[in-house]
Amino acid sequence: MQITELTALELGRKIKEKEISVREALDASYQKIEAADGELNSFVTLDKEEAYARADEVQAGIADGSITGPLAGVPTAIKDNICTEGLRTTCSSKILYNFVPTYQAEVIRNMEKAGAVILGKTNMDEFAMGSTTETSAFGPTKNPWNTNHVPGGSSGGSSVAVAAGEAPYALGSDTGGSIRQPSSFCGVVGMKPTYGTVSRYGLIAYGSSLDQIGPIAKDVSDCAAILEMIASHDKKDSTSVARSDYDFTSALVDDVKGLRVGIPSDYLGEGLDDEVRKAVLDAADVLRQKGALVEEFDLSLVEYAIPAYYVIASAEASSNLARFDGVKYGYRSEQYEGLHNMYKKSRSEGFGEEVKRRIMLGSFVLSSGYYDAYYLKALRTKALIKQSFDRAFEKYDVILAPASPSTAPELGKSLSDPLKMYLGDIYTISVNLAGLPGISEPCCLDSQGLPIGVQMIGDCFHEKAIIRAAYAFEQARGRFLTPKITGRDCMADKQKMTKQRNGCPDAAPSGAGEAPTAEIPAGDQCVQNGTDAKEGE
Amino acid sequence: MANIISDETIEYVGILAKLELSDEEKEQAKKDIGRMLDYVDKLNELDTSGVEPMSHVFPVNNVFREDVVTNGDNHEAILKNAPAAKEQSFMVPKTVE
Amino acid sequence: MAKQYETVIGLEVHVELATKTKIFCGCSTAFGAAPNAHTCPVCTGMPGSLPVLNKQVVEYAMAVGLATNCQIHQFCKFDRKNYFYPDNPQNYQISQLYLPICHDGFVEVETSAGTRRIGIHEIHMEEDAGKLIHDEWEDCSLVDYNRSGVPLIEIVSEPDMRSAEEVIAYLEKLRLIIQYLGASDCKLQEGSMRADVNLSVREVGTETFGTRTEMKNLNSFKAIARAIDGERERQIERLEEGKPVIQETRRWDDNKEYSYPMRSKEDAHDYRYFPDPDLVPILISDEWLQEVKDRQPELRTEKLERYKKEFDIPAYDAGIITESKRMADIFEETTALCKKPKKVSNWLMGETLRLLKEENREPETLDFSPANLAKLIELAEAGTINQTVAKEVFEQIFHQDVDPEAYVEEHGLKTVNDEGALRSVVESVIASNPQSVSDYKGGKEKALGFLVGQTMKAMKGKANPAAVNAMLRELLA
Repeated sequence: MQITELTALELGRKIKEKEISVREALDASYQKIEAADGELNSFVTLDKEEAYARADEVQAGIADGSITGPLAGVPTAIKDNICTEGLRTTCSSKILYNFVPTYQAEVIRNMEKAGAVILGKTNMDEFAMGSTTETSAFGPTKNPWNTNHVPGGSSGGSSVAVAAGEAPYALGSDTGGSIRQPSSFCGVVGMKPTYGTVSRYGLIAYGSSLDQIGPIAKDVSDCAAILEMIASHDKKDSTSVARSDYDFTSALVDDVKGLRVGIPSDYLGEGLDDEVRKAVLDAADVLRQKGALVEEFDLSLVEYAIPAYYVIASAEASSNLARFDGVKYGYRSEQYEGLHNMYKKSRSEGFGEEVKRRIMLGSFVLSSGYYDAYYLKALRTKALIKQSFDRAFEKYDVILAPASPSTAPELGKSLSDPLKMYLGDIYTISVNLAGLPGISEPCCLDSQGLPIGVQMIGDCFHEKAIIRAAYAFEQARGRFLTPKITGRDCMADKQKMTKQRNGCPDAAPSGAGEAPTAEIPAGDQCVQNGTDAKEGE
Repeated sequence: MANIISDETIEYVGILAKLELSDEEKEQAKKDIGRMLDYVDKLNELDTSGVEPMSHVFPVNNVFREDVVTNGDNHEAILKNAPAAKEQSFMVPKTVE
Repeated sequence: MAKQYETVIGLEVHVELATKTKIFCGCSTAFGAAPNAHTCPVCTGMPGSLPVLNKQVVEYAMAVGLATNCQIHQFCKFDRKNYFYPDNPQNYQISQLYLPICHDGFVEVETSAGTRRIGIHEIHMEEDAGKLIHDEWEDCSLVDYNRSGVPLIEIVSEPDMRSAEEVIAYLEKLRLIIQYLGASDCKLQEGSMRADVNLSVREVGTETFGTRTEMKNLNSFKAIARAIDGERERQIERLEEGKPVIQETRRWDDNKEYSYPMRSKEDAHDYRYFPDPDLVPILISDEWLQEVKDRQPELRTEKLERYKKEFDIPAYDAGIITESKRMADIFEETTALCKKPKKVSNWLMGETLRLLKEENREPETLDFSPANLAKLIELAEAGTINQTVAKEVFEQIFHQDVDPEAYVEEHGLKTVNDEGALRSVVESVIASNPQSVSDYKGGKEKALGFLVGQTMKAMKGKANPAAVNAMLRELLA
């Protein structure tokens, strides 16, 4: 088996056993990135030089016993909305095209202690606003299962990096499904922990009350190990919760006997693709055969989650993104007259369409005279949604649901109708509103050869229940397929080589009003490759 | 569309959000916000009387730090990303006439 | 007959709290640092940074609320106030709108018309903004975030004041309360206490309020008094001309004694407040509230009462001394050491006030140690030094906080109590001043004073005047 096909824990074990060196692990990832990323565009910034320096440090640490941990020396990719000290962090936005944080996100600190080696930063929907990774100022990321399709979003870059074998694992962030949905579109495992489990310090906020960082990996075991590494009570994050159980890997048990599993019948109705419905019900059968008690139930309020979410998330975003104004960091317009014009020009030129749309909506719903009707109404709805989950978890340990109504749509088909795109988040969004943990687990491919994911939702602080269910399911399913990359060789793509640690000349702001151009040329300009693509077991 | 967004409203929201939209973008924004609000109006079907607005999902209270200085002079790092700086300060267009 | 107008005034007073660190990060609040030397990702609004509340801020706010007879919201929250300005790095200010920590209080102030009760609508906690310096040379402004995130409380009064006199009395009262609590030094000049004045006028006898304006940039009590008179005149003038008063924020220019509108079409004044999702609510338990109550120091009114009972000093002196927390502290500590309240009071009321006035300083700036004043009093009482020397030594204490014993020793200022030495000097003074001697003997008492002076001079001031006097009388008898 090639290095890039190993799970993160398998690779970690081989590194520990000196079968593979940390440098070799890095070589394998970077080779894969060089071969595939011209086509996939999952990375915004690569950090090769620093990564090799770090590899030597970690190798030494492993040798002298100062770095232990099951993931020591395993390369990783970080979503580009997580601040990495000294490494450009853009949120895939022109407004942060040159931003190099001088501080480290708490998750990165935790990962450093555990011996992680960062390959680079992954592409995303601009400021995590989107479900396709097409709103990135650095161009869209493509689905490795079929590069004419989107990878989902907003953590599309991280999901693709893992699916394509570019990175053994990655971090994403999930505000309304941004880890679970792209993971399901890419055939990988993605997990959103309970709100407050992973520190948000250093995560560039979209909707602060909904955002959580979480792992994206090849299997549930990796996910549990990654979560164990990144979760912590952080005094720098007032919403961080001090938990008594961080031993998530202890739930990796192939036993669901007596586990109470509920499937919301309101999730299986209109709007759900037949193939996805079948996949979810098949997954339920797998659990049932293993001894779980599975039944359908009415969750209720399902249709109110999306409107409540868009009011809350947009309102918070309008305030969170006010700080991007050309004063302290990031993009400042070259031509302006006076202060307020500088603000307006910098922001209008620096933000993309979807971000502006949400800032406008958020500013509107908070504005004088509308606060009660929209914002408070949404917060009250959120309370009711939380109550309906509380009631459900009195009866069930795990809620089984689709991750998305369909498999990955084609590129360019979603953004024209934002409302329709928002409706795609229907199964993931209420989990964020209620602060619950959720995991997306690949189960099969649809008739187009695109992965279908099933979602398991747990009660607050009950990650272990969904880890256990997903693990048992995975044991029955067996190792999931890896995509045969149908794209083309982009080694000749010289732009790729300009991705660098600090600053990014090719993403430098263009003229006023002009939209930032995609860095990566369209797939059909490349030459067919496919040598790296290989069927999984 | 039940929610009609006027030119004045779009202008006003642009001032609040500090966004300058082209005429075309304004028309689009009027449509987008109108449609979203129509959709959000669905929430009015729900009776939420007597329901406390929920800002935080968990009842976590009283997260404090002690009044102890932990940070030293950090100005170089703080100014490192500044688009314009002078005399250890961020430089902005003149704020008074 | 000309219409009679009444002025209606409410105040928004911002007070910088005396915490060591900022409200949401561990940066120092100390004054006078180089630009941006006291900043971090949190107080400069770096992406991904998060605020964590300084507990001391809550306790100071509670203390001020309790001292101003407020109710405490035992469940309170922070909200974001959204507006764009470069001194506000996140482009929102973390403040409290929906559930401020204190509400519905009052203070009583003494005015020429008697005691007046001024209502306090609410007190809320918030963060201060950075400082903008306008560059003369380049067409730009410079932003320094050292003050960004310094904790403030905003005390919002009811519109209960009717004159500049009441406003000043109210501010003085707040200042005294807060200084006594140690919650702030309340220096108007340095901006640690700032007042915005909301003012409207109405015809006497009218029930409803007129349209108000808000005036900012008032940095002394005198400026506040002038601004009130100036704005009252301006509003009356408009009304007399049949023009409406416009509700707006105005900037007082104390040089021109006129206020100017601070308006811009870019300021919508729509702050889109909503609860800050990055901060969790504050839940003040009964126990915590009681702890803060129990720790409340004695305030001025109580202190004044106690002085009357405990110390035999004139009521006037007690009033002056307790007008400054610092002065009162020095009085009590010194008295505790030397047990001579009267003497201590005399030094404070006399020399201390004289020197403060001479140097145009506030009593709060006094920085000599009570121990040294107590020693000085004891030296003078014991006759080790005389009154003239004592005053000289006090100046040294006042300025450099010298140890009087060491100073007197070092400079040889001790009163000479050696009778033999004194006698020989007195004899020589008598011998060399025959005219005065005969004048004295002829019944001119004044002549004795001259001889005492001559003796003191010859002894370089180190004699005990009473001893000199006695010896002269003895030798001339």
